Amino acid sequence: MPAGAVIEFHNISKRFGGVAAVNDLSFTVEPGRVTGFLGPNGAGKTTSLRILLGLVAASSGTATFGGVRYRDLPHPLAMVGAALEAASFHPGRSARDHLAVYTIAAGLPRTRVLEVLTQVGLAAHAAQRVGGYSLGMRQRLGLAYALLGDPGVLVLDEPINGLDPEGIRWIRGFLRDMAAEGRTVLVSSHLLSEVQQSVDDVVIIARGQLVHLGPLSSLDTDAAPQTIVDSPDRDALAAALTAAGITFSIGRTGLLAATPDPGLLGHLAFTAGVELSVLHRQKAGLEDSFLALVGGGHSL
Amino acid sequence: MISFLRSVSAEFAKIFTTRLWWILAIVLFCYIGLLAGGLAALFGGVQTGVISPDTVNTGGAAITFGTLPPLIYSFASSVGYVFPVLLGALASTGEFRHQTLTPTFLATPRRGVVLGAKTVTLILIGAGLGLVALAASVGIGGGVLSAFGVDALLQGSGTWLLVARTLLAMGLWAAIGVGLGVLVPNQVASIVIVLAFTQFIEPLLRLAASFLEVTAKIGNFLPGAASDALVGASIFTVASPAGAAPLDWWQGGLVLLGYALIATIIGYFVSWKKDVT
Repeated sequence: MPAGAVIEFHNISKRFGGVAAVNDLSFTVEPGRVTGFLGPNGAGKTTSLRILLGLVAASSGTATFGGVRYRDLPHPLAMVGAALEAASFHPGRSARDHLAVYTIAAGLPRTRVLEVLTQVGLAAHAAQRVGGYSLGMRQRLGLAYALLGDPGVLVLDEPINGLDPEGIRWIRGFLRDMAAEGRTVLVSSHLLSEVQQSVDDVVIIARGQLVHLGPLSSLDTDAAPQTIVDSPDRDALAAALTAAGITFSIGRTGLLAATPDPGLLGHLAFTAGVELSVLHRQKAGLEDSFLALVGGGHSL
Repeated sequence: MISFLRSVSAEFAKIFTTRLWWILAIVLFCYIGLLAGGLAALFGGVQTGVISPDTVNTGGAAITFGTLPPLIYSFASSVGYVFPVLLGALASTGEFRHQTLTPTFLATPRRGVVLGAKTVTLILIGAGLGLVALAASVGIGGGVLSAFGVDALLQGSGTWLLVARTLLAMGLWAAIGVGLGVLVPNQVASIVIVLAFTQFIEPLLRLAASFLEVTAKIGNFLPGAASDALVGASIFTVASPAGAAPLDWWQGGLVLLGYALIATIIGYFVSWKKDVT
């Protein structure tokens, strides 16, 4: 297996007609980690990935694997495996023949065909024409194509779309395994919840622009945190908070205090002699932070 | 170079892993076999007196001995050429239609290499279809001629030259199909153009052009006319009124090659190297 390479986007822009689909996008994707490439539908994810793979020409900027453009890679399939959203199959060709065609084109050993079909759980359907495949089977076949050259880099566009629950569990483990072996894994999705169990890092774009970049946990701290606090004597608690200069609003389950620190409120209540019945941090879900980042006018 | 040869092998695999090629080959064989066998029986019968000339209105067109076998054999290309064009056009439009350009260009990012490999592959497979068509026109047509006592001319080098040129013509027609397919990537539109042009527009144009000497010279450069010139015989050249002399066989070949190259090169720029979305 070749080592994973760093994926780099340098100031990528793409205009279709007068419309900017991707605007000055720059980020890097490290090997050994699963990176989620997130954004709502139409944010420019697929266009960015197709630019990375040389299928779409960027209006400006460069995207490279370890500093080399896709089209200049000496053995592209052996270095980068890609599965894109589109169902790119001739319906009259069997899965085995479909993969054999590209194995020949890339000069890979023919034994890889059955190996990757086994790896994605399609070996029993190898001789079946792809026209009869379900959406989930097509997703697996797309993945099998990506794995043909045993590449160090995987670029997967919405690989979870159309998978059944068992398939979703399988692909989560698969992505973790690939990264654990030192490969670079870039996986796009329009739903954070789909990938949040598998990704280490997130790159979030909206309207063609980068809006957030960092480890998954960084999404947690981005949202304005609050602490819920309540007391049998709510008025005394409110007075103590006001005295300490902490703003709050009255929520359904208590007072929503504008501080991330429950300890501070506990100390405050203790010194003021107010009994507490509720004290916990209000966790904004990752999905909430995600939607706040990409929302801005046109949320899903 | 090695990447080109791999691409050629992959293009061969693409053709032979779907059903279209053998369906076209069977239809081609039956069509040409019926036509060549039937007309060999008709003309052979008239020539040998088995069928009375009065029964068939030949319009006074005297068919001399020696021209009949090449005429029958040339049905392989003069009528059968639409099959390699279709196969070529379907091979390139299919990549757009089924979005297989994505895995193709991922495996071979040099798009010019892929298009060149596809053209070379289809030339060879087109020649293969030529072999099938000749098996029908020479095998069945020649057999019927012999049965009527007409010399099938199978010993003559002329017949074998015609066979070789037919293979070349059928290969070039497949390349024209590939070029048309990248020029008009919409599969339905491409098929309609192939059928309308080969079955209707070109025969009419050739007939219309043949009435005046000036237009007949231009008409010689129509692809079907060039193909018939390359092969050296055709029912169309016999059926048309006396016009300008046809092109030499090699000129006809170059004209066909020209059509294939022009369509493919323009197609490369208008569709093949565009964004694959």
